[in-house]
Amino acid sequence: MARTTNNPWLGRYAAFTALATLALICAGGLVTSHGAGMAVPDWPNTFGYNMFFFRISQWVGGVFYEHTHRLIASGVGLLTTILAVWLWLKESRRWLRWLGVIAFLAVVFQGVLGGLRVVLFKDEIGIFHATLAQLFFCLVCAIALFLSRWWRSLDAMRTQLTDRNGLRRIFLAGTVLIFAQLILGATMRHQHAGLAIPDFPTAYGKLWPEMDVDSVAKYNQDRIEIKAFNPITAFQIGLQMTHRLGAVLIFAAVAGCAWLANRQFGVRHPLGKLCSLWFGLIVIQVFLGAATIWTGKSADIATAHVAVGALSLSIGVLATIVARRVLVPLSAQVSALCRTSGGSTPFEATPATGL
Amino acid sequence: MAAASAQLVSSADITGKVVLKGTPKPEIPIDMAADPKCGALHSKQITTRHYVADSGGGLANAFVYIKSGLTEKSFPTPGDAPLLDQVGCEYTPYVVGVQVNQKLKIKNSDPTLHNVHATPKPGSANKEFNFAQPVKDMVSEKAFPAPEVLVRFKCDVHPWMFAYVGVVEHPFFAVTGKDGTFKISGVPNGKYTIEAYHVKTHMANPGATQEVTVTGDAKADFTIELK
Repeated sequence: MARTTNNPWLGRYAAFTALATLALICAGGLVTSHGAGMAVPDWPNTFGYNMFFFRISQWVGGVFYEHTHRLIASGVGLLTTILAVWLWLKESRRWLRWLGVIAFLAVVFQGVLGGLRVVLFKDEIGIFHATLAQLFFCLVCAIALFLSRWWRSLDAMRTQLTDRNGLRRIFLAGTVLIFAQLILGATMRHQHAGLAIPDFPTAYGKLWPEMDVDSVAKYNQDRIEIKAFNPITAFQIGLQMTHRLGAVLIFAAVAGCAWLANRQFGVRHPLGKLCSLWFGLIVIQVFLGAATIWTGKSADIATAHVAVGALSLSIGVLATIVARRVLVPLSAQVSALCRTSGGSTPFEATPATGL
Repeated sequence: MAAASAQLVSSADITGKVVLKGTPKPEIPIDMAADPKCGALHSKQITTRHYVADSGGGLANAFVYIKSGLTEKSFPTPGDAPLLDQVGCEYTPYVVGVQVNQKLKIKNSDPTLHNVHATPKPGSANKEFNFAQPVKDMVSEKAFPAPEVLVRFKCDVHPWMFAYVGVVEHPFFAVTGKDGTFKISGVPNGKYTIEAYHVKTHMANPGATQEVTVTGDAKADFTIELK
């Protein structure tokens, strides 16, 4: 069977799998937001039934969120399996075929992690499960990118663009910051303690909250919660404050990226467009983070915050990949210039140049 | 030895009242729309039960127990099993006490499924468990091998459902009623430290304890003041 790099339907299928993965992240987010992670006490069965035959009339309360999450996860597992097989049979780039295998192994591991979180009562596994979900989403998005015709067309741009402003590194730094923020967020959510700080932008009415034993005791005394939240601790308050500071750093980093990219390449250039999208997502994400607190951690808002976080990370990953593909480091350009014995300056795309 | 024997022969009651001083935030109405069968079981709005106090401040659901003074004595495990019921998609009672290794009956009296999820404190020798009770009138039994005040029970299907179980090594405990009063019976003569443990206030009031000398019926009143 002939392998090729030109597989448009495979590319579309990969994009569909990425969309399904985003839906799964939303479903998983709803599970944690509703505190339903343990609503189905067994795994892989559901209240003793084969999960695919569990009656819809029993999908009540937390069971609805946890059970549908498992069903959607099974669907994404199947989609990923087909993607991996299809890649192996039809894709000529060996490294991309192996990315498909990694995606398959990752989704299987993710499923097992989810089950172990339930049967072993380990919140730490839940944090790892949430983090791996984000990485898996980025992986599938990257596979879809590599399969796209647009990706193959980027080769033509490569020798033309110099990374004068260190954008390749800035994209990477912003993406790493977002990933660290996501891990923080997952850690916060899996404390199962509700909102450690109930107000924003202040924290218990102050710029920095009191975190001594007596103050934390008073926060717990005063809180009237509707769910069985764990008590607030000073550690959780510290986590949330760090998450808030992380948001400021990310906003600055991505805003810087967008400004530099648009200044150098223009708003119509693919990198300019990606950065603008990235910055837009971060603005929405900051608002959603604030809204999560203002709404008393409304499950829908908190889950939207998780989903936009996943999108922000994936755009960062894609922007980093694209930047590394089309931007030549300034040092490499200088070396090339020296080798051409004083020849013409490197051609550079002007803001008027798009794809 | 003779003194210990004399203590075991005579016994008395410790009665008292736990009063809440201060005004807590209002309880939150519970929306049971997530499971229509739960909503159908209530004709009026129910709320959370963090601070249940009467007009005089009598605080319900405080777990009152002898914290120390009994260390040299061991007590037989009772054969009866207190009941923690799930009625109207609420745990009843909100706070219950058992002895170490004493069986606790957990029942589903509702026409809907529940899961029973006990979450002992981190580091506790009691093990976390989570099991299904999908059918009405299902009864399960569990016991705790280690003392712990208090073990939280919750239902993850219905996140507003939670209750607390106090586990102690002896039979000298009680849960305050709606008027905040309690009675601990059969207490041997001796000098004890008694604690009134309330889930919401115990962190801000770690010293809701007092020394009580029992030479006959004794009285112990507690005032828990909101900080």
